Amino acid sequence: MKTILYIIQKEFKQIFRNKGMLPIIFVLPILQLVILSNAATFEVKNIKFGYIDNDHTSTSRALVEKFNASTYFNVLTDFPSEALASAAMLKGEVDVLLEIPNYFERDLQNEKHNALGVTINAIDGAAAGVENVYVSQIVQRFNQNLKVDLMQVSDQQIQPVKIETIPLFWYNETLNYKTFMVPGILVLLVTMITLFLSGMNIVREKEIGTLEQINVTPIKKSQFIIGKLFPFWVIGMGLLTIGLILAKVIFNVPMIGSLPLMYLYTSIYIFVVLGIGLFISNFTETQQQAMFIAWFFTVIFILMSGLFTPIESMPKWAQTITEFNPIKYFVEVMRMVMLKGSNINDILPQLIKTALYAFIMNGLAVWSYRKTN
Amino acid sequence: MKNNNVIQVEGLTKMFGDFTAVNAITFEVKKGEIFGFLGANGAGKTTAMKMLIGISNPTSGKANVAGFDVFTHAEDIKKSIGYMSQKFALYDDLTVKENITFFGGIYGLSRKRIKEKSAILIEELGLEKVANKLVGALPLGWKQKLSFSVSMIHDPKIVFLDEPTGGVDPITRRQFWEMIYKAANQGTTVFVTTHYMDEAEYCDRVSIMVNGKIEALDTPKQLKAKFEVDNMNDVFLKLARG
Repeated sequence: MKTILYIIQKEFKQIFRNKGMLPIIFVLPILQLVILSNAATFEVKNIKFGYIDNDHTSTSRALVEKFNASTYFNVLTDFPSEALASAAMLKGEVDVLLEIPNYFERDLQNEKHNALGVTINAIDGAAAGVENVYVSQIVQRFNQNLKVDLMQVSDQQIQPVKIETIPLFWYNETLNYKTFMVPGILVLLVTMITLFLSGMNIVREKEIGTLEQINVTPIKKSQFIIGKLFPFWVIGMGLLTIGLILAKVIFNVPMIGSLPLMYLYTSIYIFVVLGIGLFISNFTETQQQAMFIAWFFTVIFILMSGLFTPIESMPKWAQTITEFNPIKYFVEVMRMVMLKGSNINDILPQLIKTALYAFIMNGLAVWSYRKTN
Repeated sequence: MKNNNVIQVEGLTKMFGDFTAVNAITFEVKKGEIFGFLGANGAGKTTAMKMLIGISNPTSGKANVAGFDVFTHAEDIKKSIGYMSQKFALYDDLTVKENITFFGGIYGLSRKRIKEKSAILIEELGLEKVANKLVGALPLGWKQKLSFSVSMIHDPKIVFLDEPTGGVDPITRRQFWEMIYKAANQGTTVFVTTHYMDEAEYCDRVSIMVNGKIEALDTPKQLKAKFEVDNMNDVFLKLARG
């Protein structure tokens, strides 16, 4: 036990003495949280909108006016011909193109089947999907209003029964993307910093030759590993605290669930990450190698965490892989506890899996650390 | 042990794939002896030493260090030995005192003992003025002396020194050897590798390794007589050139 304290003391001294590392540990994550949480949004805004009006009637102008009024579509270009419009889309001047056919107003009044041509630049498939929804909503709303108007004009007695869906968004009523993203990005920062720090730590001692000096002492492997891990565990918890405060102060993200539960889960989670980091450290000879391997895993973990893309829409085999992704569990728990107020029973599956993961990774880290080659 | 040998090695071999780095070396070192372990670069000195201090597994042979077998009790050996590598291996970003405290701590010394030890060490080395300075800022010669003292902090039975005076000025080398003599007088066995042949003369006995084998082992005086030369330099040249 005393031996471990000497290692912890030494690690802390080295961390806080390293003037190059301190800002990386504390300032960069804060900047990232502030910047990424504002930038990483699924909303599509400022859509460049173009139209070809072949009808030139008050109805067609009214439809265009609807798009003009929307906050999502901001640039409106009137194209005289389809060829010019296509050329503009090729150059990237237009994202969405609406073509209003001849006799649009007349056909609508006659309640004939009517088709509007909508062309969407779908190089970014996700954005295109969102844009499609926006266009459909505007057109539908326009069409409904129009029909109601027409019916009043013809003075009909029977009002058609309208079925409207009123969506209720639970846990994030305002569909605020920041509320959704901030907890997720906080997870990333805690993970990346602790993974990189622990991944580079032992390998750094290998490089400067001090690890050999440690290996000729009678220190036990587990003592050494625990002494090495603990300071980074503290840093991880510190980052979580700073992140939660920022989430509350800057982004006003609600903290509905229990804070101690959040800390309990994170304290176990960080051990998973540290275990992975040390495991990497044991199998690499230089900090560059460790960095690249840590980066490789980080990218996979992040993209398959459900943070940016829903896990439900991944292929089956990919969903199976995500079961081994610690970040996935942390993102789930963070969102569940912060936004839904889940209690310990709700997050029990994640908690158990994470604890098991931590146990295995640290076991592997201790096992793979060799004092004798 | 009856025979008073603190290191006993028999047919110790280390292979890296097809390459035999250390080829069946046999020797013993007596308690309190200063044992010079010479050889050209790449002769296998460091590899042999690493097997003796328990950080490299031998391929075959037998070795007993401080009463423990290197195959089965490497960790027990580590309590009774000190080691100073040819690469400076204290923490540059810790102060002199902090380095002493850290290594004292992981060797299991009590806080009180660490305090006493660091006071003695710092005084002996004349490092009072820089005791709270980062080790990285010290000149190489001072670092090496500190490194030697730290490797002796737990009063080991044997201390292994791998080229301790490489790149050090003649005055500091002189002081370094005074420290080695002092340690030997207090009963510590010193196992030292060096490329300086004048230093070889200071050793009680010297072995010379060539291509993984020990080609000569005797007192410097007898080696000189045997090869009919008047200094160790010529002994070394005769052997190393084959």
